Amino acid sequence: MHANFALDRNHSRGNTKLFLTVWVWLLLITAGEIFLVHERVEVHLMITILLGLSLIKSALIMAYFMHLRFERLGLFLMVVPVIVFCACLMMIVFFPDSLHLTHLPQY
Amino acid sequence: MSEAELEGILESPWSGGVSPLAVNSKTLGMWLLIISDSLTFSALLISYAYVRLSTPNWPRPFDIWPEIAKSSVMTFVLLSSSLTMVLAATAARSGNVQKAVNFLLATITFGVAFVLIHATEWITLIHEGVTPWKNPWNKSAPLFGGAFFGLTGLHMLHVTIGVVYLAVICWGFNKRKWTAEHVEVSGLYWHFVDLVWMFIFPLLYLLNVTPK
Repeated sequence: MHANFALDRNHSRGNTKLFLTVWVWLLLITAGEIFLVHERVEVHLMITILLGLSLIKSALIMAYFMHLRFERLGLFLMVVPVIVFCACLMMIVFFPDSLHLTHLPQY
Repeated sequence: MSEAELEGILESPWSGGVSPLAVNSKTLGMWLLIISDSLTFSALLISYAYVRLSTPNWPRPFDIWPEIAKSSVMTFVLLSSSLTMVLAATAARSGNVQKAVNFLLATITFGVAFVLIHATEWITLIHEGVTPWKNPWNKSAPLFGGAFFGLTGLHMLHVTIGVVYLAVICWGFNKRKWTAEHVEVSGLYWHFVDLVWMFIFPLLYLLNVTPK
């Protein structure tokens, strides 16, 4: 079992070409983010795009550099949903309140 | 539990040490650390977003040159360190010790470069009069410094710990004291540090660029 396990883990966990491709994509996405800021895109649109691109970048890092793509589905299900759920919970609680504060009448 | 039941469990596919997740205990432990640490950073980033949204006239002091250029170089350095780290783990797995050690040394160099560039940025801001309690641009938004130094400081602490951790692993792997698994697990931590920066960079730098 241990031997099979080691064999299984060594099998198909990416190669130099794949990692270089991911790295180039990460750099290209970063360059895109900087371009958006340079062009001073409208702020709401910029926040949406920047957060979307950050999520794509983190997904690429987790999938290929952290090998999550090559692990069993169980590990992915243990790691990702709990983080997403907790982050969403925090956002649901905080953001309506913070936006509400900006619309309070000024005295 | 009877002897027979215990035997049954030990002979099951779990095999007394391998989990259904098919990762070893070190890797699983590191993933658990990463989950808890990512919740810490999530809470901090969301608190920062809260303060930022609820504060009118939040300072936007950064220009494309030099601040954004400098933070972009820092991003490039961290992304490159992740590449060298994953190549170190691949080399370690294939048994090429010297190649793995060289890639680990490259990763450590990138990490040190990141900390040094970050330190120069902090020094510049402190000279401009930014502290955790005040900033020179808008006195009605005193939390700018606290949020900036708090978030980037915690991240820089993680990078510094990562550099020391990788140095220890590099030394141990070179001396054949530790295995490729140790290199792989240290890689998970390093990639996580890189991943966190992918959120700090747009939120703290790109969205604080001075409007035209």
